[in-house]
This record gives sequence, C-alpha cells and structure tokens, in this order.
Amino acid sequence: MSILSGTSIHAQFRLTRQSKGLAPFELDVATELPAQGVTAIFGHSGSGKTTFLRCVAGLERAQSGYLEIEGQVWQDAKQFMPTHKRPLGYVFQESSLFEHLTAFGNLKFAIKRAEEPTSSEDFDRIVSLMGIEPILSRYPKQLSGGERQRVAIARALLIQPRILLMDEPLASLDNARKQEILPYLAKLRTSLDIPILYVSHAVDEIAQLADHVMVLESGKLVAQGALSEVFSRTDLRALSGFDTGAVWQGQVIEREPQWHLAKVACGASNLWVRDVGDEVGTKMRLRILARDVSLSRSEADESSIVNRLPVTILDITPDQDAAMVLIRLASAEQVLIARLTKRSLDTMQLAVGQSLWAQIKSVAIVR
Amino acid sequence: MFTEADLDAIWLTLRLATTVTILLLIVGTPIAWWLARTQSWFKGPIGAIVALPLVLPPTVLGFYMLIAMGPNGVIGQLTQQLGIGLLPFSYWGLVIASVVYSLPFVVQPIQNAMQALGERPIEVAATLRAGPWERFFCVVLPLSKPGFISAAILGFAHTVGEFGVVLMIGGNIPQETRVVSVQIYDYVEAMEYGQAHVLAGLMVAFSFVVLLGVYGFQRQPGSVWGVKT
Repeated sequence: MSILSGTSIHAQFRLTRQSKGLAPFELDVATELPAQGVTAIFGHSGSGKTTFLRCVAGLERAQSGYLEIEGQVWQDAKQFMPTHKRPLGYVFQESSLFEHLTAFGNLKFAIKRAEEPTSSEDFDRIVSLMGIEPILSRYPKQLSGGERQRVAIARALLIQPRILLMDEPLASLDNARKQEILPYLAKLRTSLDIPILYVSHAVDEIAQLADHVMVLESGKLVAQGALSEVFSRTDLRALSGFDTGAVWQGQVIEREPQWHLAKVACGASNLWVRDVGDEVGTKMRLRILARDVSLSRSEADESSIVNRLPVTILDITPDQDAAMVLIRLASAEQVLIARLTKRSLDTMQLAVGQSLWAQIKSVAIVR
Repeated sequence: MFTEADLDAIWLTLRLATTVTILLLIVGTPIAWWLARTQSWFKGPIGAIVALPLVLPPTVLGFYMLIAMGPNGVIGQLTQQLGIGLLPFSYWGLVIASVVYSLPFVVQPIQNAMQALGERPIEVAATLRAGPWERFFCVVLPLSKPGFISAAILGFAHTVGEFGVVLMIGGNIPQETRVVSVQIYDYVEAMEYGQAHVLAGLMVAFSFVVLLGVYGFQRQPGSVWGVKT
C-alpha cells in the first residue's frame, strides 16, 4: 500500500533496555502507518507494543529514532520534541485520572491547556459521546473502572489531539466493564477524524475496532497491513491459536424476516448471518473463527450448516497445539482459515490445491 | 496562671515555630523533590546529611552552628559583610538553627509522599500539555498534600519542643530567645516547681494534641481530597 507523504506516520525506533536479572530487551521497528482510521499495535506481552507507543508519545526516548506525523517531525537525529509539546492524546492502561480533581476537574485540566478554546458544543459532544454527564461531579475514587476510563478518554480528546494513542485501555477491566466500554470506542472511531494508535493483545478487540494492524514479536515488526489481510495469515505466532480467524468485510444484500437471517455479500461469496436489524446496503465486518470452519469433500446437503462455500486449499501450517493444523482456503478472492486435527488432515488426505467445501458453523458480526 | 514572662515565652515560641515552619516548607520542598526523583550518586550522602539532626545530640548541632555563625565562621562572615551583624544570641540566629534542626521532620514526609506518587501522574500531565513547572505545581504538589500536612505539623511541633539547640545558639534572652522550654528550665533551676508545672503541663497537652492530629489524619487518607470513601 502506497501512502501519500504528509498523510502518514513514519516511525523508526531503536531502543535497548537492560534490566537486572532479565534478558536485555530490544525494540527495533521502522514503519509507515496510515494517518487515518484505527491502527492496532498487536503483540503478546513483552513484544514491545507499549514501548513503541511510549516512543511515539515521547514518554520514552529511543536511542535512535525518527518520527514524523503528517509532515511534522517530532523526533530525528537532532531534535526530540518533549511530550508536552506534542499534539497528542494518550489513554493509559489503568486509571490515570488525577485523584485530587473531580471528573470535571480532570476534563478542565485538558481544556485549559488545549491549543484552541473548546466550544461548549464540542464539550457537550465529547461528554455525551462518552456518556459521562451524570458523573462529572464525582471524584475518581467514586467511579467504577469503566467510568474512569471513559473520563480519561474524554480528557484525552479535549486536549484536541492530532493523534490519539491508546495503551490497552480495556486491559485493566473485567469482561463486563469491557463490554460496557467497547461500544463507546466503536462510536469513537466513526466520529473522530484523527488517527488512533491502539495497543492491544486482545484479538477480539482488534477485530472489532482496527482498520489496520501492525504485529510485533520480541520488539520486531513481523506483519503489517489491512486488518483482513493480516488476520488471514497463519504464519504469525501472535495470531495463531484458539482465536485464529479470518475477518471479512461485507454488505447486507437481502433479508429474510421469516428466519431472522440476513444475506451478506463479501466479494463473490455470500454468507447468511443473524439479522440484527441492519438495512439492506449496510456494511458490516464479519469474523469467521478457524475453529468454526470444517471441510468436506461434497456439498453435504443434508447437513444443518447454513453457510457452505466452495474453497481451494492455499497452504497448511502446523498450529501451536500439536494436535492441530491451520489450513488457509481461497473462497473466490477471500481467504478463510480452518482449524482441523492432524488426524483429519491425514484421513482426508488433504493437500494444497485441492477443491473442497467449507462448512461454516458460525459467523460473528463484529460490527 | 501565666506570668508576664510566661506569656512572652509562649508568644515567642509560637512566633519562632511559625516562621521556622514556613521557611522549612519553602526550603524542604525542593530538597524533597530532588531526593524523591534523583538517580544521582549524591542521593545517599545528601539524604544522610538531611537526616543527621535525627541522631545528633542538639548540643553538637548547636555547637557547630554557633561556630559557623560566629565572627570567624562561614555564616558569620557572610552576615557581617551583608551588614546584618552576628546571629548567635538573636531571634534570627535561632530561626536558622531551628530550620537546620527540624529539616528531616519536614523533608521526609514530603519526600515519601512524592515517591509514592510514582511516574504516572507526571506522565499523564505531560500528555495533557503541562510543562515541567505546571506538572510540579498543578499535579505533584496537590497530590502530595498529605505529606505536606504531616510535614508542617511535625516541623512546627519539633521546633516548639527544642531545647538544646536554643541554649547553645540563643541563650536565654527574654522576648528574643527565651522560649517555653528554656523558661521551664529556669523555673526548675530556681525551684519554682508550681510555675514549671503549668508550662510543662501545657507542653504535654500541646504535644499530645499535635500527635493525635498527625495519627488521626494518617488513618483516613481518603479524607484528604474532601471525599469520604
């Protein structure tokens, strides 16, 4: 993907950290990211994803680095712009509200220091976007983890950033709180016109929020690209495992109210999904987990499975689980992943290039 | 109940302790901030020097202060050149000696509070466009408030309670250096136990109330922000 200069983020960081009793950590990443939409920085813990984000923010100083955001140089061999001079918003992993100020006081801290005066419409828009009107007078100690994080996000937006950096904003929350915040984040990505860098190790969060993904492993960039492109790979350690699955973009083309089903066209392949009330023409993102895909030699009409697609085997990769393999399948121009046991692979005598039927047990609408 | 001389001594003590506390907060804050943040090799030695008054006999401290402030001492020569004259046996000499003597009682609570803050609030403030001074005054200071309150109470109380240093530096000059503790000493020397009792009782009550305040305050950290948790 070629990106016009001036509308992209060029980042290059090299940093080594020595800590007592631990193997030295090295971050060595050079990349160009689109300056729009949500870019997920994905990797296991210790992969350097947070360090990368802190380097972008200037909270950490890479020994050698270059950073240019939309044509503005924040760091090069000669200069290092300190964090407080960078037009960014940062949401930390755990609660980062100032304990001595109310939620409103925390927001005012940002408003006072923003470059332009904040109009009351902007303030109201952000406060209602995060749904925090009723809690503005409370102190951080009186807020739940989810509420605190929403105030922190609103605060980061009120500083009027040109880029929003989020470091696992959901990681410190339990699952219920996570589900409470995710819709706010989804709203955020559609209502903001600034790029978001979103650090996470949670595949489902990324499938839902990201447009673009960069994958880090032990401080190195191992993959980068559009979400569906990266998620259709089986050679990335960070992505393989129980949660492996392809992400498809599609559009509702037909609804069957009688069965509460909707037909979604993803390129040349059509899938039936649960009708959640979207009109014909609505774009949606679907996730098909590899563990929900099985293979068969024939179309198997007598099966209860609704979604069946003709596919061709692209390649076969061993899974992290010694009993399993991951098989990449071409369904027209889309890629599907199936997770099978090695025994099935052997009994069915599957090989690259074979044509088969993929039976898809479930399709999740991620948004 | 109190004689004229007693009231003078009480007034002088309060005046001295207030002045010393204000000066200590001004001097102690940057020292505490530096000690809380530095990775420097000097952290150990400087921290030890600040803590010395905790272990030294007041007479030792007073002796050296007397020498330093005397006509041939470093401070003495400076004050003479500035036209202030010599500080020993004066109110301001007592103030300076008390600042040194009570320094650890003010620096340590502030330093502990600042260390407990950690890096995070400062980083957050930086991402919200607050420069280094703003980060210090708008984030570090208000968040360290419990430390400052403990420091002020301890600094004040410790200055009220000093005796050895006063005798060495200030002597016993009414309305100038004769503080309550010295006045009690005088009463005992003169066998006027009744008067000594009144002042000593006052000191016990005062100290008890102060310590009660410090411990009660530390027990409910949530109340610091005006929020009951």
